[in-house]
Amino acid sequence: MRWERPRTLVAVTWAYIAWALVPVGVAILFSFNAGRSRSVWQGFSLRWWTGDPTLSILHDPDYSHALVHSLTLAGLDMAIATPLGVLLAIGLARWRGRGSGAANGLMLVPLVTPEIVMAVSLLLVFTQLSIVPFTLVHLGTTAQVVGQVTFSLSYVVVIVRGRLASIGGHYEEAARDLGATTFGALRLVLLPLLAPAILASMLIVFALSIDDFVVTQYMSSNAGTTTIPMYLYSNARGGTTTPALNALATILVFVTLLGVGIAFLAYRFFGRWTQTGAESNALRELSGLGTT
Amino acid sequence: MRLRARRPGAGSWRGFALPGIVWLVLFTVVPAYALLAMAFGKENFLLEPVPAWNPGTWNVGFLFQAISGAVPGGEFWPSVRNTIVYVAASLVLCFVIGYPVAYYVARHARRTKALLIVLLVIPFWVSYLLRMLAWIGLLASDGYVNKVLSGLGVAHPPNWLNGNAYSVILALVYGYIPYFILPVFAGLDRIDRHQIEAARDLGATPFSAFLHVTLPLSRPALLAGSALVVLPMFGDYYTNDLISGSPRTNMLGNEINLFVQGGPQKNLGACLVVVMMAILLVAMAYYVLQTARDTRRFA
Repeated sequence: MRWERPRTLVAVTWAYIAWALVPVGVAILFSFNAGRSRSVWQGFSLRWWTGDPTLSILHDPDYSHALVHSLTLAGLDMAIATPLGVLLAIGLARWRGRGSGAANGLMLVPLVTPEIVMAVSLLLVFTQLSIVPFTLVHLGTTAQVVGQVTFSLSYVVVIVRGRLASIGGHYEEAARDLGATTFGALRLVLLPLLAPAILASMLIVFALSIDDFVVTQYMSSNAGTTTIPMYLYSNARGGTTTPALNALATILVFVTLLGVGIAFLAYRFFGRWTQTGAESNALRELSGLGTT
Repeated sequence: MRLRARRPGAGSWRGFALPGIVWLVLFTVVPAYALLAMAFGKENFLLEPVPAWNPGTWNVGFLFQAISGAVPGGEFWPSVRNTIVYVAASLVLCFVIGYPVAYYVARHARRTKALLIVLLVIPFWVSYLLRMLAWIGLLASDGYVNKVLSGLGVAHPPNWLNGNAYSVILALVYGYIPYFILPVFAGLDRIDRHQIEAARDLGATPFSAFLHVTLPLSRPALLAGSALVVLPMFGDYYTNDLISGSPRTNMLGNEINLFVQGGPQKNLGACLVVVMMAILLVAMAYYVLQTARDTRRFA
């Protein structure tokens, strides 16, 4: 059968892609503008990156503070949400019985709630409810991390559960048949098999955290807890803002795309590697354990 | 041989899930309750809102004020109307632009397919704020959009960035359409090509095969894509703040943000969140019913 090449669809698709990407490219290009304008091109320069002694992103401390705070939050979010989410994914995938349905539903709540609802609720609980543990969470870095972990957790669970489903239970069963304890099988067989998914979800959490605006803004306290997206929000419309803002946004985009790109490559690379190497290695190691 | 005795009981797996569940209860369930307590709370003698933690003392006065404000003629009606109109218009545009793109990449692209998928995914990971920043530059009065328009002979190009509803809709579509295209693409990509070939073999024209096979089979993906864009658009306030900055185009999210972050009436903000969730629950119930119907039909 002949599948004709649909010219209109080709045109629509490439027009869409141009529409989606060209404005981003233009915004990045404007970080190299020689003049102050963010809408009129006045020639190429590195003025807003490094050249200007006070207003460039290299020399204006506001920008580096925002960048450092964004990276700090992303690091903390990764460090907390990843282990919590991996354990939750393993637990939810295996635990059958009363309460498991409710727990599965609960895990989906952050994915289907508009962010502003979550942000308002968290703000109210941290400012109005005076019982432990809510009194321990102060607006600022702590509350920002708590908020970010709360919405990142579900993504980790979704990614890790997908991998768990594709691994199946056979490898662990084999390990147990060879004499491993449940936790031995988990540590020696399941965790190495999950490694690509864990790495991928870490980097996705990093990207989610770096890009988040609503929850991070609601949980912030003062100028010291400003992140890059918050800085972009409060200065994007200002008449006095320079193309250094575009440079800051460019850094944000490259950091995010780098994280996602590494996640993607790692997932593909380790995914292939574990299927051939780690599984048989772990099983060989365990069979040794079983005989001694 | 299966070693039943060594298999862990439900208890230990529940133990794995426990820290995550405790976290979610503390930071989604309790906050949701705090939201209700605030919405059903009272005011103290300084007229500051105080939450009512005991449901026995709940007061529906402020929620009633919010609901009567959210119906036609009320003080929040313009925002509710804007929200519904902007989200509906954006959703229609997502269908009109997104479906053909997803359809082409899933069904017709061959050598370019991998490249196209990467290009469709990139906007997903480009900061939303940068993508809005990009349009602020392009739509500025001396920006490229107006340069092109005056090049085409438009004498007075419009002011895009001050309360222009079209700009807000454009920005919403631009911001959220990647979340629509990807699930629709994934859904279309899963459709078995043989089903379409069968329809063609049985005499269907390409168009009628599309109408009677592909389109019905893509319904679940279209529903999922719609849910993924409608939910965040409903709660959006920053797109509007950045692209319009005028109360004329306020959406429900802007009202909530103003009450909660800007002023003392946090309780009215909480009530408006409850109103928004009520509207969304109706939409989500429709989604769940339709998805269940599709699952029965295609399973």
